[in-house]
Amino acid sequence: MSMKTSAPAKTSEGVPAALSAAARLRKVHWYQEPRWRRLGALLALAVTLTLMTGKEGTTRDLFFALREDLTGFALWIWVGVAVVVWAVREFLADRAGGAVGRGKEAAPGPFASVRGVWESNASVRVGVLVALLALAVFGPLGLERYWQQVLVDQIAIYVLLAIGLNVVIGWAGLLDLGFIAFFAIGAYSAAYWTGALPVQPPVVLNNFLVLPVAVLTCLVAGVILGAPTLRLRGDYLAIVTLGFHEIVYLMAKNADGVTEGVRGVKVERFSVDLGFFSYEWKLDPMPYYWLLIGFIVLAIFLFLRLEHSKVGRAWTAIREDEVAAAATGVNTVRYKLMAFAIGASTSGVAGVAYASKVGYFNPENFAILLSVLVLAYVIFGGMGSVPGVLVGTAFLVWLPEGLREWVDPKDRYMYLGALLVIMMIYRPQGVWPSRRRKRELRMAEAGIGGADATGPAEGRQQ
Amino acid sequence: MSLSEFWDFLVLGVVLGSLYAVIAIGYTLVYGVLQLLNFAHSEVFMFGGYGGLLALTAVIPEETPSGMGSVAYVAIGMLSGAALGGAVAFGLERVAYRPLRRRNAPRLVFLITAIGASFFLYNLAGKLFGRNPAPIPEMYDNGTALSVFGAELTVTQVLILVSAVVMMVGLDYVVNRTKMGSGIRAVAQDPEVASLMGVDIDKVVSRTFVLGGLLGGAAGFLFGTNSQVVYTMGFLPGITAFAAAVLGGIGNVRGAMLGGLVLGVVETMTVALWGDDWRYVGAFVVLVLVLMVRPTGILGERLGRTA
Repeated sequence: MSMKTSAPAKTSEGVPAALSAAARLRKVHWYQEPRWRRLGALLALAVTLTLMTGKEGTTRDLFFALREDLTGFALWIWVGVAVVVWAVREFLADRAGGAVGRGKEAAPGPFASVRGVWESNASVRVGVLVALLALAVFGPLGLERYWQQVLVDQIAIYVLLAIGLNVVIGWAGLLDLGFIAFFAIGAYSAAYWTGALPVQPPVVLNNFLVLPVAVLTCLVAGVILGAPTLRLRGDYLAIVTLGFHEIVYLMAKNADGVTEGVRGVKVERFSVDLGFFSYEWKLDPMPYYWLLIGFIVLAIFLFLRLEHSKVGRAWTAIREDEVAAAATGVNTVRYKLMAFAIGASTSGVAGVAYASKVGYFNPENFAILLSVLVLAYVIFGGMGSVPGVLVGTAFLVWLPEGLREWVDPKDRYMYLGALLVIMMIYRPQGVWPSRRRKRELRMAEAGIGGADATGPAEGRQQ
Repeated sequence: MSLSEFWDFLVLGVVLGSLYAVIAIGYTLVYGVLQLLNFAHSEVFMFGGYGGLLALTAVIPEETPSGMGSVAYVAIGMLSGAALGGAVAFGLERVAYRPLRRRNAPRLVFLITAIGASFFLYNLAGKLFGRNPAPIPEMYDNGTALSVFGAELTVTQVLILVSAVVMMVGLDYVVNRTKMGSGIRAVAQDPEVASLMGVDIDKVVSRTFVLGGLLGGAAGFLFGTNSQVVYTMGFLPGITAFAAAVLGGIGNVRGAMLGGLVLGVVETMTVALWGDDWRYVGAFVVLVLVLMVRPTGILGERLGRTA
């Protein structure tokens, strides 16, 4: 694209640039006033909500849902609600707003005193953590079988994945859109080494012994993917990792001779046989759950140690400003590779655990959308913050299951998507952000630096 | 593969690639002005398909039209596809991205918003229009239209190729030769200085989205005439087109066109050599290989930076 030097003169086409600023002073039509614009926005929202909650369309009559929704009664209810909300906001806002304002002043941060106790008293900290852990360990015993399955198959597995991804994106700031690929590699390693695939391994291993092997495999895969691509900038890394995932997924799907393809793989479940002690994990989800809790706690413990070590500080430096980090002597490629490999190996553990839990999986369990979703979980929870990632992932994985009772199951992901958008608009730092991350965001808002390695600072080299 | 087969597939690849190129332009334009990976652009594309489908379902007669009738119906379908695509893109910018832009949010937040919007939009389309694929009604008798040195093209393929070329030439003109285009390039180059010079950034961004949406919507309609319209149809072409934009050098309009053509040809050749199962593998392998050698894409990046 050629950008001639005369282009700026052409922009204004003879009209002085000042005039276009002056043009803003011209008469504002009544419908352009903020008040009426807000009404318009609320009405648009009402129509959207009508469509969201309206009839299910059919392909045979494409206009069916639109016709029914837009002539139905529900539309008028939503429009009525919108108008009332608008009227209250516009005409009674002074009183209502004042009350809210006073409320805010009265309570200077409801968590302030709690935080004070939390930070000053180590025994309180330990006590609360132990109580939470006990609740996490024994609480699910009271749940129905269905929810126990959801808890193990989805929530616990995805929490483990999200903790791994948090290292890659939350700490090192690498935009990885192919994280589930490593999950798949872990699951297929489990299948291979337990002898479930058409190609036989040199020795058949117990599922637990597969764990270190899978970790190693994923580590190597992470380095193989990372080494050539980590020199790329954020966005390029995103598309390359996405491509990597697609390649892994299609291999799993199409290389029938090696992976059984779409037919899927049957894997043995976990079992221990040490001679004096033997145990087999069967259909009951709870033993798997406790095993996974063990993995999760171990991962959290290791990663928290890393976060405050030299490695963690190097990651933070890279995330906040890669050029500055390199200039101060941080070996950026090495630390980025390390983050990649650590994340990948966590994903590998999750893959083995998943395969050994469900007993049967096929490539669709590793679809590309899941990579995107797991990234959304991390950001939703508050990237870089372990408690945030735990809470956010648990909530977002539960949400589609929880919505089953309230809405048409086919629409669940529509609500999930809407929630993500709203959340990012009103609370971009996530549910439970880390303090450092919060500060980075605040500074970015004030125009100082970019909030992450993929932030705007880089796109605007001066 | 014999030479004539190779030629056949090459022509097919160019047809497919021109479609990718048109979608990729949408990604690259938005990236140029906002440095944003607009994941939801694939949904704009999908809505374009539905726009054409709905309009044609409403107006088309029972028997297949011919002659000027066909031309009129194609025009109706394409224009309404483009219109719906543009409208969705406009709404997307207004609702999801503008509040983020105001607070100078980091790009990851934009990305997650785009992902959320994409989930929302395609499930909404599934809910409104049913979840089964629907073919676009026949607008003409889809026989062989012409043959290019032995490679035979159907009417649909000629239509795709011609409209894609027209759109690309038109867009190139708009970006390089009009006042609006220089606004877009100015914002891409340096938004702060551009706003000091009197460029209304909000307007430029909004128009950029609409421009990308118009092209994406028209491409969605063309894609639908070639196969079918379904609420999930945006995802894979969207990702491939995104890869094309990156391959050509994201932010670079001519790069996106080139990248689209390359990936279209690569994809068709992959299918020809190894079968349909491997369709998307070839494209991504090429992408990775090219990025290893040229980390900023074939033509280098940036809308306003390549002068």
